[in-house]
Amino acid sequence: MAAGARFSTPTELVDAALAGDRLALARILTAVENHTPVAEAALRRLYPLAGKAHLVGITGPPGSGKSTLVSALIGTVRAAGRPVAVVAVDPSSPITGGALLGDRVRMQAYTSDGDVFIRSMAARGHAGGLASTSTAAAAVLDAVGFDLILLETVGTGQSEVEVAAAADTTVVLEAPEMGDEVQAIKAGLLEVADIVVVNKGDRPGAGRTASQLRAMLVAVGRVGVRSTGRARPAPQAAAVERPKPKEPEVLVTTATTGAGVPELLAALDRHRAIDRHAGGDSPARLARAEAQVWAILADRLRSDLHAPAHRDATEATVREVAEHRLDPFTAADRLLAQRR
Amino acid sequence: MPDRPLKVLIAKPGLDGHDRGAKVLARGLRDEGFEVVYTGLRQTPDMVVTAALQEDVDVVGLSILSGAHMTLVPKVTAKLREAGMDDVLVVVGGIIPDDDVVALKAAGVAETFGPGTTIAEVAEFLRANARQPA
Repeated sequence: MAAGARFSTPTELVDAALAGDRLALARILTAVENHTPVAEAALRRLYPLAGKAHLVGITGPPGSGKSTLVSALIGTVRAAGRPVAVVAVDPSSPITGGALLGDRVRMQAYTSDGDVFIRSMAARGHAGGLASTSTAAAAVLDAVGFDLILLETVGTGQSEVEVAAAADTTVVLEAPEMGDEVQAIKAGLLEVADIVVVNKGDRPGAGRTASQLRAMLVAVGRVGVRSTGRARPAPQAAAVERPKPKEPEVLVTTATTGAGVPELLAALDRHRAIDRHAGGDSPARLARAEAQVWAILADRLRSDLHAPAHRDATEATVREVAEHRLDPFTAADRLLAQRR
Repeated sequence: MPDRPLKVLIAKPGLDGHDRGAKVLARGLRDEGFEVVYTGLRQTPDMVVTAALQEDVDVVGLSILSGAHMTLVPKVTAKLREAGMDDVLVVVGGIIPDDDVVALKAAGVAETFGPGTTIAEVAEFLRANARQPA
């Protein structure tokens, strides 16, 4: 039953998913979430087929309207005849491991449309705003032909910036009157935004919040440009460039009515075109590739060190660290050496 | 990961607006360590089945207080079978007359839970009867 009653092998499961079978797709996503051998077999085949979709991260504080905005975006995207998939992450309980995944409540209108696929994921202890398997899940949805994938994070605070590495385009939601200009110039979440959306645009103060954000986020980029007006060495000499803050677009939406949502989709498409131009050199794509490879390397190394050949030595070394008879760096060196 | 959580869909098909019970159960099952997908009010059988399929849940829990269970529940179980999800456990919560319980079980419902059922009882039943997670 590992792959579901109708699919007896991973190959059958992947073939069915690629042919458009949504149950097969759902079962692959479950395998990915649970790190089963089926997931590895499926991803080996599906990953080379992925890389075409536009991955859009949607993040922001709890209650800022992420799910409602995703729902409104689905409507606008479907009106244009494009398929769309959503991966919506909600937190897991640190105490029981359980989770209440409630994002679908706001996404009712499209649940029976075959070109919309919505999957809720519990974060399962992963702290960055996504689940550790969200990127792999997005790759699966990408491979079976969803050309726009919305990654909705858990409600975030000021430092859950992981989504920026997972997505090609990062949208940060703010609600009106959530803070003054000083909030906007603090480091963190707003810095990784490609697009900042002030949602609940029908509330008083939305326009003011948007202009404050524009002033603080956009102007900083311009000041940086202007300061280069002074005589400086030719551009090619500036080989080691300091990473520059992004200069996000600031938009206002009212997700409950759909106001501003077509403009948001247009902004996403513009950003996609820029990102496409960068190709494999896109920082988001490189960061994503690196994160995936490192995660698998770490997994492999861990299971290797716990394999029967090494298990006793590994446990003994860890115990020495627990007892402060060995420092953790020497321990790591020893474990690496013992594998050779 | 042998101990991954069971995934449960809690849905309210039909037109009654009494979702307190569904919400309390969703919260309670979360505290019992389940991953609970809550879809909210006024679901059609098609919406319930699509959500169950996309989420690949192990259990579908239907909460109905409108009296329309004999119309709605068999539609959900039939559509689940049609969609290839005959390994998904279906349970119903609400006020269900005894005669209807027999008919619902014949239609593929594993159990019904009436007033006075504790969350621990529901959780225990689901753990004992749901498919083993992949």
